[in-house]
Amino acid sequence: MADPVSKTSAVERVNLTVDGRAVSVPKGWNLIQAARKAGFHVPHYCYHEKLSVGGNCRMCLVEVGLPRMGPDRKPVLKADGTPEIGWLPRPQIGCATQAGEGMSVRLNSQLVKECRRSVLEFLLINHPLDCPICDQAGECKLQEYAFQYGGGESRFVEEKERKPKKVELGPRVTLDDERCILCTRCVRFCREIARDDVLGIFNRGSHSYISCYPGRKLENNYSLNTVDLCPVGALTSTDFRFKMRVWFLKETSSLCASCARGCNITVGSREGVVHRFKPRCNDAVNSHWMCDEGRLNYKWINDERRLKKPLIRASGSAKWDEALAAARDALVRNRGRVAILASGQCSCEELFLLKKLAETYGAVVKLAPAHEGPGDNLLVETDKTPNMNGVRLMGFEAGREVGAKLSDAMAKGEVAALVAVRECAVAAGVDAGALKKMDAILAIDVLPSPTVEMASVVLPGAAHVEKTGTFINFQRRLQRFHPAFAPPGEARTDLWILGQLPGGDSKPLDYEKVFNRMCGETPAFQALPWEPLTEKGVEVEW
Amino acid sequence: MAIITPRPQLTLAERLYLPAIVSGMWLTIRHFFVNLLGLKKKFTLEYPDEKCPPPPGCRGAPTLVRDEDGREKCVACQLCEFVCPPRAIRVTPEALPPGSRHAKIEKRPAAFEINMLRCIYCGFCQEVCPEEAIFLREKTILTGASRRELVHDKQRLLALGGSRPDSVKKWKDK
Repeated sequence: MADPVSKTSAVERVNLTVDGRAVSVPKGWNLIQAARKAGFHVPHYCYHEKLSVGGNCRMCLVEVGLPRMGPDRKPVLKADGTPEIGWLPRPQIGCATQAGEGMSVRLNSQLVKECRRSVLEFLLINHPLDCPICDQAGECKLQEYAFQYGGGESRFVEEKERKPKKVELGPRVTLDDERCILCTRCVRFCREIARDDVLGIFNRGSHSYISCYPGRKLENNYSLNTVDLCPVGALTSTDFRFKMRVWFLKETSSLCASCARGCNITVGSREGVVHRFKPRCNDAVNSHWMCDEGRLNYKWINDERRLKKPLIRASGSAKWDEALAAARDALVRNRGRVAILASGQCSCEELFLLKKLAETYGAVVKLAPAHEGPGDNLLVETDKTPNMNGVRLMGFEAGREVGAKLSDAMAKGEVAALVAVRECAVAAGVDAGALKKMDAILAIDVLPSPTVEMASVVLPGAAHVEKTGTFINFQRRLQRFHPAFAPPGEARTDLWILGQLPGGDSKPLDYEKVFNRMCGETPAFQALPWEPLTEKGVEVEW
Repeated sequence: MAIITPRPQLTLAERLYLPAIVSGMWLTIRHFFVNLLGLKKKFTLEYPDEKCPPPPGCRGAPTLVRDEDGREKCVACQLCEFVCPPRAIRVTPEALPPGSRHAKIEKRPAAFEINMLRCIYCGFCQEVCPEEAIFLREKTILTGASRRELVHDKQRLLALGGSRPDSVKKWKDK
């Protein structure tokens, strides 16, 4: 496992033995972390590496022993020279026990197994056992651990505690208190990460339940992270509730395209329909979190109005080869009078091909309008496009005045053909009347827009979850996203379309080849590794 | 060493063949009249009018059942859809409307389709169902004029399934 701390020699390290395996960890690590480093998993509910230690679920109980000291304050050695271990009489919780020098830990002794079984029996006492209607079923830690470590039977014959169900904690989160195991991860998340202290535990003993403080609501922009954190099905996403069982979802590593942060996400899709976005851990970018806004910004991908067929406005033809030929004709006809309107939604590779296209057809202007909005000091950036740094790196002019610049060039008669990729010229501030006078507008887009309505050739492209590519986020970190499924209908990936436009070599472009060509021709990407880019991304400098 | 089997020595009656022919004819004529007059039990069924009673444990068409109160037992957990080897089942879940009598169950299938052209009558769906809502019933002969007709929707499945008393009543106290 990656251990970033170990490279700095300043950190003091301790040596311990976990289930007979010797491991050295930085001082301050707890036993769950130490066991993970040794290659073992300690079951736990309330512990989360990015939150403070709660220590209330008792699931991570392990046996701990320290070297027995002789009267001379030196470890007593056994006959074979190894120190004799004095095992503590009671098990300790792994999350709140720091690894110590010479410590020994047992993860699978009879005592530990008994502890886990008993803890699970306690946790299940008031659990409604309604897995068939619970959204968490399939990714529920209570289910998983009950199978792995549980006793399988309950001796509890009394009435189960009744608690509030289907509580709307906020606009996006629904709570089922009966399923809650009171691990307080959500409470700690709101207090420590979201800095919006609205959740708490009310009542005592088995009557305890989670709720919002009176008059407050869980409505901050990070509220859905509590759903991810919830190890059971107590906190559910109102949006995802009852939509799809998780075991049907195909999980694909991708990026959120809602702002310049580029949060790492997992796309959950089934048969070409996106059902949810979930954050994927990347400590350099988004840790384990993502904002609700970005998380729920997937519905447009499943939209009915998605462009599914190419179109030549004049003839009404909807054939790819004819549409591409018409597009090439328009570009050749207007050579030297072409404007390119790119987008921060385009991947670096697409921008690279657009740049090549601009060179081939002598583009007058290469622009990309800015999209700005409110940000915050946790994750949300003010720049609402995922790849504005890529746009700048590829030599496009980005900013708010892009529309005015394009209008100017059009007014001067320098531009007769416009290539608009994932951007609407009207929305950028260009007068629709002036656009109508253009000789040709080529629109590569996913959804209808005024520009698409006016375009002489419409080429349906792909959403970012339908294609592969890279984005450079605001930290100048180059990150890759992967396709979850193919674009709808006859739509193609933008990379394929852009590869066809220059004409001549009309072989479909291989993504990896484009990437390598881009790296070769872009100084900032020189000697960029192809392989390590997949998971966490790399920072680029220019 | 070769074993020499001697050729049987036939009697005169055997050599004539006539007694054998007569006895064969007699057998045929006897059966003809026994069947004509209905003197003996018939083993064949007049198929479209008469049908073979299904043996106990026969796995026929999968159906959805209601409990004794008329509640659809299926809660749309989609386990049958998951386990179905030929992927014949397609469930679309939805939340129960708030005013419903069974609102505490929270979830039900908005649509439940079993494609009987794909179904292999394996019974996995019945086995996996945590709600005892899907049962393979005796109906084995399914005919239709179109493919669409053989994709059983929820109404059809409930009509075929009928009601089945609920022995557990797990939702009663929820």
